[in-house]
Amino acid sequence: MSSGLLKALRSDSYVELSQYRDQHFRVRRAGPRGGEALAQNPATWFSPGDNEEQEKLLKKSCTLYVGNLSFYTTEEQIYELFSKSGDIKKIIMGLDKMKKTACGFCFVEYYIRADAENAMRYINGTRLDDRIIRTDWDAGFKEGRQYGRGRSGGQVRDEYRQDYDAGRGGYGKLAQNQ
Amino acid sequence: MSRRRHRDENDGGQPHKRRKTSDANETEDHLESLICKVGEKSACSLESNLEGLAGVLEADIPNYKSKILRLLCTVARLLPEKLTIYTTLVGLLNARNYNFGGEFVEAMIRQLKESLKANSYNEAVYLVRFLSDLVNCHVIAAPSMVAMFENFVSVTQEEDVPQVRRDWYVYAFLSSLPWVGKELYEKKDAEMDRIFANTESYLKRRQKTHVPMLQVWTAEKPHPQEEYLDCLWAQIQKLKKDRWQERHILRPYLAFDSILCEALQHNLPPFTPPPHTEDSVYPMPRVIFRMFDYTDDPEVIFAELFQLPAPPHIDVMYTTLLIELCKLQPGSLPQVLAQATEMLYMRLDTMNTTCVDRFINWFSHHLSNFQFRWSWEDWSDCLTQDPDSPKPKFVKEVLEKCMRLSYHQRILDIVPPTFSTLCPANPTCIYKYGDESSNSLPGHSVALCLAVAFKSKATSDEIFSILKDVPNPNQDDDDDEGFSFNPLKIEVFVQTLLHLAAKSFSHSFSALAKFHEVFKTLAESDEGKLHVLRVMFEVWRNHPQMIAVLVDKMIRTQIVDCAAVANWIFSSELSRDFIRLFVWEILHSTIRKMNKHVLKIQKELDEAKEKLARQHKRRSDDDDRSSDRKDGALEEQIERLQEKVESAQSEQKNLFLVIFQRFIMILTEHLVRCETDGTSILTPWYKNCIERLQQIFLQHHQIIQQYMVTLENLLFTAELDPHILAVFQQFCALQA
Repeated sequence: MSSGLLKALRSDSYVELSQYRDQHFRVRRAGPRGGEALAQNPATWFSPGDNEEQEKLLKKSCTLYVGNLSFYTTEEQIYELFSKSGDIKKIIMGLDKMKKTACGFCFVEYYIRADAENAMRYINGTRLDDRIIRTDWDAGFKEGRQYGRGRSGGQVRDEYRQDYDAGRGGYGKLAQNQ
Repeated sequence: MSRRRHRDENDGGQPHKRRKTSDANETEDHLESLICKVGEKSACSLESNLEGLAGVLEADIPNYKSKILRLLCTVARLLPEKLTIYTTLVGLLNARNYNFGGEFVEAMIRQLKESLKANSYNEAVYLVRFLSDLVNCHVIAAPSMVAMFENFVSVTQEEDVPQVRRDWYVYAFLSSLPWVGKELYEKKDAEMDRIFANTESYLKRRQKTHVPMLQVWTAEKPHPQEEYLDCLWAQIQKLKKDRWQERHILRPYLAFDSILCEALQHNLPPFTPPPHTEDSVYPMPRVIFRMFDYTDDPEVIFAELFQLPAPPHIDVMYTTLLIELCKLQPGSLPQVLAQATEMLYMRLDTMNTTCVDRFINWFSHHLSNFQFRWSWEDWSDCLTQDPDSPKPKFVKEVLEKCMRLSYHQRILDIVPPTFSTLCPANPTCIYKYGDESSNSLPGHSVALCLAVAFKSKATSDEIFSILKDVPNPNQDDDDDEGFSFNPLKIEVFVQTLLHLAAKSFSHSFSALAKFHEVFKTLAESDEGKLHVLRVMFEVWRNHPQMIAVLVDKMIRTQIVDCAAVANWIFSSELSRDFIRLFVWEILHSTIRKMNKHVLKIQKELDEAKEKLARQHKRRSDDDDRSSDRKDGALEEQIERLQEKVESAQSEQKNLFLVIFQRFIMILTEHLVRCETDGTSILTPWYKNCIERLQQIFLQHHQIIQQYMVTLENLLFTAELDPHILAVFQQFCALQA
């Protein structure tokens, strides 16, 4: 029996999971030396169960990752825009790991999933600070995830890009050092 | 070895059956897909697709009849835009298989009854339309359709039922006529004339008290704001006069006339509209929005966006839709949209306040996607008007919202210098103990002390001990043990803390969290709560967005309660800002939080009751006495939750009563003053205030319905000024 009449019509592609999976995501489990094995080093303790668990969390998450923000976009601006799809529980600004300044991404957590879904439908792909921003499901904020994972402290994408982006520190880090 | 045995078992078993099940699933999915997709872009013509599909379905009827019936009923309900495509399909099937046609009609009638019982009136309209178009496809005999419509319109004779019930049956009849009016008149003109006469006399005698509450504009020029049934009636009359000629409806069945006219028709079984029950909730009436002389994309979209009480979809959807349309039609739509905006601006004077709110939010969000480009000089007329009148107020609010999506300097840059008076204030924090002149202020030294303490990461206890020394300007004998209401303590604490945490929302939220205990203690009394809000407002009066998020946080962390916020909004400190949008956004957000809170606890109670019921059932099944003890704990929990629900509901009712009471007070004050002074009551403030009262009724009508008796007997009594009473009466008319 098909899983619901007219499932073709009910498809809600804007709300579906993207291909992206956080490679640092680990289910908490005891390591061989006891205690938490939540990796600082992504290579350790990876298990296929992690991907399954991450997907499960993504499908019921109320938290969105927001990317392609300008370094100058404030929490207040994000609040204003994302409030249009519902009440916001919390915003966590993404920070450069060394400088502790905004580095162009954030997490937006809603109280209910339906509000996050509406953000995925109607706010994703529109402009904030004149930049097209992108939202994606996030499995949930954990301490440490507010920092960029690029070698220079910002986001990985700013390490390698070749173009000049005034809102994101100019040239990419690698290009700057050349 | 066991594995091999497993395989042998499978081979020996009934593999045939298992394979058939998964095949059946595949076929059903395939049928679903075929039916959903017919009518969409295709290499072949619609006619050949329909014929092909009819052939496929006919062949599958023996094995998949109930699935096909269900699919067709579902598309009839959910895909009204493809109505005539599916009625043609059913017509073709009926021509090939008379029995199937009959079963489908029966299934549709069952579905219609279900939809009506479930209060799904929009769906029911689509089903009625579908049935009526089946007359055109020779599936249903015209006389039996006429009989059904006779039964619909006879609902207008029912007594002691809400008008909105009678309205719906008339609406369902009239809105089907563009499809089938011609055919029905050809076959049964005398009967149709009778039904028309009955409809007309009903429309003449029905009440229209609700109209002022639902109009987007209060003026009749340039376009009249017609009540929806009156509008539809006029349109059908015109269509009838034009002999039912129209060019909007696609009619694929015309191409199959030779096949369809050979088909045998079915009679609709006599249909009695299900009776009115306590649980019946009928659609609210509407007032039709007209902006242009012809209908265009933006008009349709704005009509939905401005619909009262609420748009069918979340507001932001319309913004994004219009942005997408601008991308798809860059050569035309942006200009049309600019024209529409201009038109709406010109008519702000008579636009309903709630609709103006939505206009403000839409326009500012839209501009933020287009570099805030706008020809502001075209609106220079607003600069010479009273700043509280609709046009300058609109521009001010738009600029304030634009600033929230960008930053202060940006707004100063995008408008001509002449508009600087309408620009929002720089959203900075105002700290009263900040400069030298504040030395003489009472509590100044404590404020400085607190500042030092906060910066050195003091704990709540340390803060309490600093505050202990603050004298109470109100009382003669200050209670040193406890913390009775001491406005000065609140002042120095809240001012200093919020000032130090001013950097961002996150900083302020952390501050509220860290010193939650202090807040709770200082704001224990009702006066304390009010004063916390007052002081917070003094600090942040330049930053309405910050005020809104702080109020939200304070309610959620129970530093203040909803009634305190309501009282604060109507207090004299806020009278200067009373007609500003942010104030009403705060009030409605507060009411929504209250409503959600009640629903949440009710849900917890229902879940606990269900759990108990399941436990009882298991006990009776197992005859296990140990569960008696478990019952006790659960029953206790249910009792506690019951109390919690009652207390929450009572708080909710109290909130609405406070709000209505305060409205009545300030409106009465205004009316009395105008009468004494001999001035007109119709000031911009008054129009705003009365529409804000209407807005409370409309936005929260479902909850407020519960309080009708109290409102009638306690607040909205006959002694009240007729202007205020009229709002209540209009509200009553909405579901009457």
